[in-house]
Amino acid sequence: MFLEIKDLSVKIENKNILKSLNLNINKGEVHAIMGPNGSGKSTLANVLAGKEDYEILDGKINFKDNDLFDLNIEERAQEGMFLAFQYPVEIPGVNITPFLHSAINSKRKRLNKEEIDNLSFAKLLKSKASDLGINIDMLKRSVNTGFSGGEKKRYEILQMSILNPDLAILDETDSGLDIDALKIVTDGVNKLKTKDNSFLIITHYQKLLDYIKPDYVHVMVNGSIVKSGGAEIAAEIEKDGFQKFQ
Amino acid sequence: MNSETLNTLDTYTKNKYKYGFVTEIDDEKPKKGLNEDTIKFISLKKNEPEWMLAWRLKAYSKWKKMKEPEWANLSFPKIDYQDIYYYSAPKGFEKKPKDLSEVDPKLIETYNKLGIPLEEQKVLAGVAVDVVFDSVSVATTYKGELEKLGIIFCSIGEAIQKYPDLIKKYLGSVIPPGDHSFSALNSAVFTDGSFVYIPEDVKCPMELSTYFRINAENTGQFERTLIIADKGSYVSYLEGCTAPKRDDNQLHAANVELIALEDAEIKYSTVQNWYPGDEDGKGGIYNFVTKRGLCAGKNSKISWTQVETGSAITWKYPSCILKGDNSIGEFYSVAITNNFQQADTGTKMTHIGKNTKSKIISKGISLGKSQNTYRGEVSFLRKADKARNYTQCDSLLVGNMCGAHTVPYIDSKNNTAVIEHEASTSKINEDQLYYCRQRGLSHEEAVSLIVNGFCKQVLQELPMEFAVEAQKLVSISLEGSVG
Repeated sequence: MFLEIKDLSVKIENKNILKSLNLNINKGEVHAIMGPNGSGKSTLANVLAGKEDYEILDGKINFKDNDLFDLNIEERAQEGMFLAFQYPVEIPGVNITPFLHSAINSKRKRLNKEEIDNLSFAKLLKSKASDLGINIDMLKRSVNTGFSGGEKKRYEILQMSILNPDLAILDETDSGLDIDALKIVTDGVNKLKTKDNSFLIITHYQKLLDYIKPDYVHVMVNGSIVKSGGAEIAAEIEKDGFQKFQ
Repeated sequence: MNSETLNTLDTYTKNKYKYGFVTEIDDEKPKKGLNEDTIKFISLKKNEPEWMLAWRLKAYSKWKKMKEPEWANLSFPKIDYQDIYYYSAPKGFEKKPKDLSEVDPKLIETYNKLGIPLEEQKVLAGVAVDVVFDSVSVATTYKGELEKLGIIFCSIGEAIQKYPDLIKKYLGSVIPPGDHSFSALNSAVFTDGSFVYIPEDVKCPMELSTYFRINAENTGQFERTLIIADKGSYVSYLEGCTAPKRDDNQLHAANVELIALEDAEIKYSTVQNWYPGDEDGKGGIYNFVTKRGLCAGKNSKISWTQVETGSAITWKYPSCILKGDNSIGEFYSVAITNNFQQADTGTKMTHIGKNTKSKIISKGISLGKSQNTYRGEVSFLRKADKARNYTQCDSLLVGNMCGAHTVPYIDSKNNTAVIEHEASTSKINEDQLYYCRQRGLSHEEAVSLIVNGFCKQVLQELPMEFAVEAQKLVSISLEGSVG
């Protein structure tokens, strides 16, 4: 199994957020999690990425034959987990080129691969950016600093395509995007998809799933997955909302 | 080298203080303590003319009546001036070596460890280095090339012998010996330092650089640097500092004077990495430095850039006196304090001439249990019509035990002056760390990246080869302090 979440219960500040959650993802699969606000979707994404604010009450997560809880944030990233943030944070003064260059090299170091030199990396970054229709001028700016919402999301996808993760988690990447930006972002995801990597797409709206075809859709309500199935579930939600699952 | 110093070298890989080794060379010192005999000894050793000795003794008599300035936000035990050696020169240096082969190989080795091998520097294009080892200037490279342009770049000792007119005219003209107790002390006992003179309309084609290093134990180092840029000239000067690791505190009280005449520009960059003391606050340099520049002529410009990561105590306010009309003063500073370090640093911009402009960008980063203070004074005198100042002070806190303080003074006697002041204090942001780590960077890498980003505005003012060193230094200063 590629990713296996078993009976996961998580709390933050005395509030139980995830309750005995189960989810399995195989290599090459695209899963979508849909749910109303406050159902625990983003918590799940952050627990997977290793954010330290949460208390794990119970359960296990296995990722690529590792007990996920044995790995810290950066180790999980280096093992191939990528989280596209809902609200990417600004880092003034830090240019994307050295930032991503260090990131990709720390990943390669863990995999005992040779580091990428400056020149090859600059080339890689440029070609990926042009694939995604990202202006080269944007690469000269500080990470996320002064970016519009749409620019930030495209930037996340650019980073994802450079780091080429095994498991990409997209946390409400569609929120705040207009149709054009949504297309660019989803095109990027579709280009990246292979039979060897997996996607976990978290979304509130069904719109995103018009562009990315999930193999599985899960409905998350009140900290647990209450229904799983194929793409038809998304259509059901579009029609009737989350009401009937609650 | 004994096993302890070897150990010190080993630990450098785990960071700590990188340059904490000791070179064992016989040195020659007068007795400890400060009195007229000490000053006579220094003057004699340096073969100085009588007027110089008289100048020193006058400063000494002023010092005797003075008290240390006490307004800084610093606490340290009283300095015992009688428990310090005031002169230390490796033996056999009364006569200067003609070339490197005459220099003690151990000295060369020391410089190699510092990463500034003289041999290599000879080939390194663009940098002429005047190396000060304790009190005697060891070797000066690139002298010949500079001489062709009429540029004088030598030790202050040599300048006193060879260029008495320039020395008499300018030494103490910007920092009078009686200015405060540290300037009086320096004037009385200064041993070596650099002297630069750039003739009219000459743009110095290379960065001039000095590496200061305190080596001998219990030796105060009192350099004196004097830079004169004549009309229409330009010079960029770099100063780097390190000191070996000692349990005792060492005193360092340098004076640096800059004079820019009409249309001249001086750019002065410092990377200060004196030994800061250990994790418990033991040892470290007391750094009481007076740096002041005089924009004497019209349209002149003086720019100070400093990266301060070392010293147990830093007391330093590189300042500009903007006397010439349209003259410009700039101050760019990064000060990082860790463990028990204390820094009280900033600048003083004194607007005298019309249309004078000054700009202050200060970035303070506090870690561990350190205290970091920005102290600045911007004053506009009566005739400073349409003068402007822009000040930006940003502080970044890492952890909960450190402190950041900003103390700006503004004094305006001219109502056409324009003053802008911005200040911010922030803590290192957990979301930024999380974001960086999610991309695969370690906690330390992430902190280093964020801090370097925070300092970028200042670091980019440094000359290229220095900027890289400064960035590394910033990262080293942060190691082991987080997590």
